[in-house]
Amino acid sequence: MIPPSFEYLRPSTIKEAVAMLQKHGDAAKILSGGQSLIPMMKLRLARPEYVIDINRIPGLEYIKEDGGYLAIGGLTREADLEASELVRSRFPIIHDTAGFIADPQVRNMATVGGNLAHGDPANDHPATMLALGAQVVATGPKGTRTISIEDFFLSLFSTALAGDEILTEIRIPLPPGRSGGAYFKLERKVGDFATVGVAAQVTLDDSGICQRAGIGLTNVGGTPIKARKAEDLIRGKPLDAAAIDHAAQIAGQDSEPSSDLRGPADYKKAMVIELTRRALKQAGERARK
Amino acid sequence: MAKQSIQVKVNGTEREATVEPRLLLVHFIRDVLRLTGTHVGCDTTNCGACTVLLDGRAVKSCTMFAVQADGRELMTIEGVALDGQLHPLQEGFKEEHGLQCGFCTPGMIMTSYALLGKNPKPSEEEIRWGISGNLCRCTGYQNIVKAVQYAAAKMAK
Amino acid sequence: MIHKTSSEVGGMGHSVKRKEDLRFIQGRGNYVDDVQLPNMVYGQVVRSPYAHARIKGINTEAATKLKGVLAVITGQDLEKAGLSWMPTLFHDKQMVLATGKVLFQAQEVAFVVAEDRYTAADAAELIEVEYEELPVLVDPHHATDPDAPIIREDRDEKSNHIFHWEVGDKQATDKAINDAPVKIKLSTAFQRCHPAPLETCGCVADFNPATGRLTVWETSQAPHAHRTLFALVAGLSENDIRIISPDIGGGFGNKVPIYPGYVCAVVASITLKRPVKWIETRSENLQSTGFARDYHMTAEIGADRDGKVKALRVGTLADHGAFNAAAQPSKFPAGLFSICTGSYDFQASFCEVDGVYTNKAPGGIAYRCSFRVTEAAYLIERAMDALADELGMDAAELRLKNFIPSDRFPYKSPLGFTYDSGDYKAAMNLALEQAGYKDLLKEQADKRKKGELMGIGISSFTEIVGAGPAHTYDIAGLKMFDSCEIRVHPTGKATARLGTKSQGQGHETTFAQIIAQELGIPVAGITVEEGDTDTAPYGLGTYASRSTPVAGAATAVAARKIRDKAKKIAAHLMEVSEEDLEWEPGKFYVKGAADKAKTIQEIAFAAYTDLPPGLEPGLEAVDYYDPPNLTFPFGTYICVVDIDKGTGEVKVRRFIAVDDCGNIINPMIVEGQIHGGLTEGLGIAFMQEIGYDESGNVQGGTFMDYLVPTAVETPHWETGKTCTPSPHHPLGAKGVGESPNVGSPAAFVNAVVDALSHLGVRNIDMPVTPWKIWRLLKEKGQAG
Repeated sequence: MIPPSFEYLRPSTIKEAVAMLQKHGDAAKILSGGQSLIPMMKLRLARPEYVIDINRIPGLEYIKEDGGYLAIGGLTREADLEASELVRSRFPIIHDTAGFIADPQVRNMATVGGNLAHGDPANDHPATMLALGAQVVATGPKGTRTISIEDFFLSLFSTALAGDEILTEIRIPLPPGRSGGAYFKLERKVGDFATVGVAAQVTLDDSGICQRAGIGLTNVGGTPIKARKAEDLIRGKPLDAAAIDHAAQIAGQDSEPSSDLRGPADYKKAMVIELTRRALKQAGERARK
Repeated sequence: MAKQSIQVKVNGTEREATVEPRLLLVHFIRDVLRLTGTHVGCDTTNCGACTVLLDGRAVKSCTMFAVQADGRELMTIEGVALDGQLHPLQEGFKEEHGLQCGFCTPGMIMTSYALLGKNPKPSEEEIRWGISGNLCRCTGYQNIVKAVQYAAAKMAK
Repeated sequence: MIHKTSSEVGGMGHSVKRKEDLRFIQGRGNYVDDVQLPNMVYGQVVRSPYAHARIKGINTEAATKLKGVLAVITGQDLEKAGLSWMPTLFHDKQMVLATGKVLFQAQEVAFVVAEDRYTAADAAELIEVEYEELPVLVDPHHATDPDAPIIREDRDEKSNHIFHWEVGDKQATDKAINDAPVKIKLSTAFQRCHPAPLETCGCVADFNPATGRLTVWETSQAPHAHRTLFALVAGLSENDIRIISPDIGGGFGNKVPIYPGYVCAVVASITLKRPVKWIETRSENLQSTGFARDYHMTAEIGADRDGKVKALRVGTLADHGAFNAAAQPSKFPAGLFSICTGSYDFQASFCEVDGVYTNKAPGGIAYRCSFRVTEAAYLIERAMDALADELGMDAAELRLKNFIPSDRFPYKSPLGFTYDSGDYKAAMNLALEQAGYKDLLKEQADKRKKGELMGIGISSFTEIVGAGPAHTYDIAGLKMFDSCEIRVHPTGKATARLGTKSQGQGHETTFAQIIAQELGIPVAGITVEEGDTDTAPYGLGTYASRSTPVAGAATAVAARKIRDKAKKIAAHLMEVSEEDLEWEPGKFYVKGAADKAKTIQEIAFAAYTDLPPGLEPGLEAVDYYDPPNLTFPFGTYICVVDIDKGTGEVKVRRFIAVDDCGNIINPMIVEGQIHGGLTEGLGIAFMQEIGYDESGNVQGGTFMDYLVPTAVETPHWETGKTCTPSPHHPLGAKGVGESPNVGSPAAFVNAVVDALSHLGVRNIDMPVTPWKIWRLLKEKGQAG
């Protein structure tokens, strides 16, 4: 319940924050929303000597259209994402996802950047960002670089962010017309991590052929999973029930869930199939609207 | 490990303190400010008994450090009544039997306060989702929903 | 006769708004962790990571040296004071701090005391304990295997078997079942769960060397019993001990036992001569304090072909964890489990229970269980459904056929209880009507044709509460009476103190309402106090739904004693004889001359100013009530569920709860109790389990995994009531707090099994999780 002691640092610019990361290396942790970090510190599983609070750095909370992309500042709170009319209208899948994260109070503090940077396959945004083909902007001592979301999740709690980099922006290409997406999350109760979560985003052409498909899986592997084989299967084909079903089966095969208190592995695999079916179905329906 | 000086406006009054960075906001409120209406009910950020408003937003004060509240405004249950008059939410909880042991009540009221601030006419479903971060073991939530509806109706007048 | 009172007076039947709410809605409650005393320090328990291990050594050096640490106490230190073990509430003892070995994960091993909470946490981490792991026993079914590790080396008998208990007529039952043309056998486990009140357990122990008195603010549902036990165990003089249970944030049975943390805090306070606060975390609460259930049960019913039940045979294996710390009446190792014949007229019955030790936390009696009535009701209601399935008979029809008829009360059950009153048919019929049962059956038939899964579950439970008569019931030797002391002041107001202790049940209002009913003093003018052993009369506390049946009766009786004296005063004031007077709430009036009257307020004033000669001044009374019997609330619950075939998720579409708790003091409060208990039942049925892996590691030891329903999972509860008063209770009231937790789990599970019964499913053990349903559907070739 009581965290161990640490030194508290509060940079006022990204540059300062990055310099602190450089200086302290592994002994430092970024405090963003804190809704993952602080619980771990209270359990004494995380024991950073330095906590770098980036919440006062201006210019990191925004949701806007920027040159063909939806740009979300790394410090944007989940509650603001959920409430954003821009997000709700252009990216219902992100609206779905944000609303599934923890509970209202946690969403008031938790940040989108933190949800990705933590590298937890149980977090919800990773699957959705994989389905959307998002990019992550990392800011380090040498400036910014853009990392494709597909290259971002390396292993459990490990991302492509260097030790001296901060996730400052998420960029999602604005989808063309006839696009739709959905995020389905099976949870033991509201506020829980996903037993299984599936994000699906599709773009259809005028005749209903699937031009683009993105499918991301939550909490069924050591990292968030991009169900590539399932995506390949439906690309170029009409998005009908048979195609959806087939893709769902393949997505299930691609998942590597473990048995735990949320359920046995065979159940989870079956739920990947079931939720992929539902997510693709709703994505298709939203695309056709 | 260096202590930090913080200034927090609590229920309208400026408060100053020097605290360890690791001091959780809930302990700052309860043990330093001696406002014991905010409660601790768990250790994994699940129960919401510690909910307070930070710059008007409902947050779980057990999952924040007091230093994060520096320069910001806090509202706790003790600040809800206006000039000694019970807030419609407080009235609603009493009128509709929205509490039994009372332990979750401050957190429920703070969450509902923020909820009604953003959504003055919530549906039952919206209320239930709105308080989904607050656990209650006594009431089964049904009368808590009625309490919030009571307040919404009263505040609409 | 129960007079009707005005709403201003607020007697029986009025939904008076609660008096205690004012402080809670303003955040001005006074819970134990709110207590702040000058010079107060903080204690934290150090706990074992292992389920079964020898302690080779404890190194406290680093902890002791930490700045701000005032004391480190180990089992060895307590041993010197004869306190390393303490008696449990049930013929056993438990370690306060471990000596020799640890017997369950999270067991208390040391206690550190520091200037503040944070230092105490740092110090706790610095305690080094060397353990040598031992083989672990977590499956009670293997507790008596020849090669099972012996957990309790302190007992003379080196066995994990604690007790065998039986009741009923084995011969007659065996014969009846043998001869019965229809038989069913149901084996089902009621999983280990935990009451998890929102406020965890804790205390502030304050030994004052200047006065020699020990004051303990404690989360206790039974402050007097705790005081006596502290006196006996710690060798302190009982008059120098004051237990104060202030506001308690939920109990549900979790706050009945005495926990090691309390004892350590007391020892630390006496040693340091400073107040010591100990508040456990939620993890500690879930992993070490009084759990509930863990009963592995088999029920066999023998019946006629037309569905008339003949006999019930029950066998149960009870997992008590490492110490038998079940808080229940001393002659009843399985509590009141033998209520398991339920609402049904069995000719013969036999019930046996075997208790065993395992490497798990101690306890068993908790979570609104009425002393194991939850387990009993679950078993019989599930077994009746199994019988209905076997006969191809409607579940409601089978129950109606077998209910104890309403003219058979008082009813002596084959397992020895005398039910005071009941009208099970009436409750069932009201529930069926409220539910629209016939339409539901039709809907279900239609849905089945389309392959949709919908279930209707019924539970017609009978409860037994209000322990209990002195001839049979005691806890740790203390008879289970309860008490009320009322003092009426000159200006006609009253203060009452009771031996019970509310943890949310609204006693400050309901007991005032009883007094208002009996004396006609408005509720607003009556203060009710509980929980301070210096001022309250002795009582056994609040749990097992006993407050209304026992203390409520004491309150009525004490008020009537006052009324008897008031009559004498009134007669004196009006210069008539007592026989000339009639009573209506609030006044005595002369028969036939209603305008010649004296109000209770006038009488109260006269009690101090104008008394008849020879009559003692003042207007007060105390009653210690020994109930003549327990009371038997009952009801019928109907649950409607829809199952998502694709995911196995269950949605509770409707839940109709008809309860009969006799005469009701405050309908609003009763309804609130029902809502709360049903929500706990929902959690138990679908989400909750304190599990252990084979190494004895707790699974579900935090709120991340021990799941409490939110407002989203919780459905809208539809309540109804019938009223069959208790003939032996002064107010005809029975008590109701636990009924919803007693009756609902079976309703939920019966509904799910019903949804799947056409596929051949007969049982699912709780918690009924989506993956269990999915597995069954897959087995039956029905998975989506």
